Amino acid sequence: MRPLTEEETRAVFEKLHKFLGKNIRHLVDRKDENYVTRLQRNRVLYVRETIMRRATNVARDKLAHMGQCLGKFTHSGKFHLTIGCLDTLATHAKYKVWLKPSAEMSFLYGNNILKSALGRITEFTPAHTGVLVLSMSDIPLGFGVSGKSTAECRTADPSAIVVYHQADVGEYLRSEEDL
Amino acid sequence: MARKHKLDLAAKPSSAPEPRKGQKPVRKAAVFKSAPAAQLEVNKRQKLSTGPGFSDANAAWLKPTKGKGKPAPPPVQESESDEDSELDSLPSSTEGVPSDTQGDQAHLASLPDQLFDSEGDPDVDSDDEGLDDSDISDADLDDDPLLAGDDQQLLGTDGSSEEEDADEDEDDSSDDEDAGELLDIERKSAALDKDRAKQEAEAAAEAADMAAAALDADLQQPGTSALQDGAEAGAQAMDLTKVQRRLREVMHVLEHFSQLRTPGRSRKQYLEQVKRDLEAYYGYNRFMVDAILGLFSVAEGVEFIEANEGKRPITLRTNTLKARRRELAAALIDRGINLDPVGKWSKVGLVVYESTVPVGATPEYMAGHYMLQGAASFLPVMALAPQEGEQICDMAAAPGGKATYISALMRNTGMLFANEAAEGRLKSIVGNIHRLGVTNAVVSNYDGRELPKVLGLRSMDRVLLDAPCSGTGVIAKDPTVKTSKSQEEIWKCAFLQKQLLLAAIDLVDARSKTGGYIVYSTCSIMVEENENVVNYALRKRNVKVVPTGLEFGREGFVRCREFRFHQSLTHSRRFYPHAHNIDGFFVCKLKKLSNEEKEADAAESSDDSDEQGASDASDEEPPARKGQALANGHASAPTANGKALANGKGPGSQRQHKPHKGPQHAGQKRSAAAAVQQQPEEGPEGISQYGLTMARP
Repeated sequence: MRPLTEEETRAVFEKLHKFLGKNIRHLVDRKDENYVTRLQRNRVLYVRETIMRRATNVARDKLAHMGQCLGKFTHSGKFHLTIGCLDTLATHAKYKVWLKPSAEMSFLYGNNILKSALGRITEFTPAHTGVLVLSMSDIPLGFGVSGKSTAECRTADPSAIVVYHQADVGEYLRSEEDL
Repeated sequence: MARKHKLDLAAKPSSAPEPRKGQKPVRKAAVFKSAPAAQLEVNKRQKLSTGPGFSDANAAWLKPTKGKGKPAPPPVQESESDEDSELDSLPSSTEGVPSDTQGDQAHLASLPDQLFDSEGDPDVDSDDEGLDDSDISDADLDDDPLLAGDDQQLLGTDGSSEEEDADEDEDDSSDDEDAGELLDIERKSAALDKDRAKQEAEAAAEAADMAAAALDADLQQPGTSALQDGAEAGAQAMDLTKVQRRLREVMHVLEHFSQLRTPGRSRKQYLEQVKRDLEAYYGYNRFMVDAILGLFSVAEGVEFIEANEGKRPITLRTNTLKARRRELAAALIDRGINLDPVGKWSKVGLVVYESTVPVGATPEYMAGHYMLQGAASFLPVMALAPQEGEQICDMAAAPGGKATYISALMRNTGMLFANEAAEGRLKSIVGNIHRLGVTNAVVSNYDGRELPKVLGLRSMDRVLLDAPCSGTGVIAKDPTVKTSKSQEEIWKCAFLQKQLLLAAIDLVDARSKTGGYIVYSTCSIMVEENENVVNYALRKRNVKVVPTGLEFGREGFVRCREFRFHQSLTHSRRFYPHAHNIDGFFVCKLKKLSNEEKEADAAESSDDSDEQGASDASDEEPPARKGQALANGHASAPTANGKALANGKGPGSQRQHKPHKGPQHAGQKRSAAAAVQQQPEEGPEGISQYGLTMARP
């Protein structure tokens, strides 16, 4: 467990910025308590400072997890958001997409979202930005990258891809091993 | 009066017309339950009357007539096919009836009384007239001629019982006799009496035949031969229906031992038979059968074993961090899952009756709105009663059901240390923690015994120790437990549990403003892993047992077999599959009284460490062993074969010193004398030491 380096911090926050926009400051300056980011076994953990301090007692190879896991650094040094950050994204995300009930399961199996599956979408969503995916009953299901802007969506073909899949809650069942 | 009433209740289904049988098996079962004995009686009488109709399967009902010279009751006016189908259709209800065929002796004996002392009951259900009349002598019912006609019609379908039909006729009219008609009826009545006498004679002859046959069967099956000859018993074990039947019989005998026993055969022999049959029928090993029968009466033990054959209902816990139970229930019902609240005792539990979709793969599940976990695993967390802002440790957390429940109760405040010793199970904890949105947890991978060293002594407000155990409470989940466990293994578990519990106690700060509690739970029913472990902790640390706050469950044992425990262990709770329909479980809540170790213990075993020694967790184990070994040595004094002696001696000496057990006597109060007296208490410890030595490589 160690603090993130400058570079790593930038990678993480750039990624988050795609989803949260200016809301990212809610993660940094929290009113309730101090939160910190830590790197442990390639995972970026976002955790309350008091908890982090207590967890320093635990040896590095014995610490499996603490707080929330925002994402991981790949071997090539890129940063990926993982499904663990869904709650954080869900509270602050700027752009959202709602799925029709019939398309929920398809997304939960890791498929991209077609226009025909789209229930609602936030106005003025630009293309190629991070979007949160919710069910029609407002349950966060995952997140991805918008393939088309809201305006483009209106005119798009029903089989056109609107959101590219990045992570979904189905991973809790599909790939518990690499959360 | 009352007796007759009962009779009627039971008679109803058997005399009912056929379609009803097909339609309402449930109701029938209920009726049988309400008067099982009477039902048996009636069935039996039907059997007797319809001699040629019974098959081998029915022979069981007849067996107990052996040696009874009682006149059999009059025949029942019902078609044989009807009856047989009914009996066939009711295996479950007959199995469920606790009193078995042996009991019929008693019933038969009292039968003649019933035949004559039941006059003029106004409550009689007229539907049952046909049967009633034949059963309870003539002239007592004010019956509707219409209904009588019905009966006749019904019975008319039965070609073989014309005689009875006539009889029936007369019965009906004889009813009217009361109302005032005379002469004609008198004549008929006389004829009826004659008829009845004839029938009785026939029935008696039949009964004698039956009795002889049953006696033969009895000799073949249950008793003497099997008791004597192990090989033969093995061969017979193949025939499971026979075994089951015998099992029920012997159990019944054991319940009314003084009345029903075969003279000259001891209770021990009967018990031996039961054990052998249980092994054969349910596939347990001898150790498990002994252990179960050591905890329960024979009847309840069998109930427990029977309950282990079925599955417990699927339950789920609402994750209050993300959802509310009412909304979750509505959402799941929309998805085709039929569920209900689990009971008044839990505000977050739901029980699933049936489901058209996989309960563990709904979008709600994946979004972390609920957790699939047995109802039993709510209990230790409820007993722990975590408060917001506390530091809590779950020492054996996988797969995270209880840990996430703790976090939900703390509403993600404070801190939760979820530890798991098995590295392979860490993933499941982390996964569940992610899924359920728990953010206040730290997941570590230590041996629980090292935790006080890692996290610091007295660092926690509450600790949950759901100890690794033999799993004897969850045989329904893992049937291999039936055969895989042995006494040795149980002691091995218990030894680890004792160490873990001491570590748990060391983790807790007695001066915590809100807490200072330890909850110890296992999914085992063994006393060695439960009460005995807590009892050990009571002696080693300044803790006391406090009420768990759970509304149901049985009290923990204070005495069981050779064990005698501290009185306060009645505050602990036991849960059983057959009694509560949840997994077998043990929950005990302890309150830490002071951070000092017990002085008496320090005195008792000279090298059992002081505070420092205990603080070093790696050292903790050897001193404890040494202490035990020392005490063991005392108990077994000069003999070379110390183990065996301590083993044999322990329980007895324990009994003598029962009053001296208290942790309340603990510490300061305990004089040197008390310390001396305490030595014999090491009895069970001696055994555990024994198990330990066996276990050690």
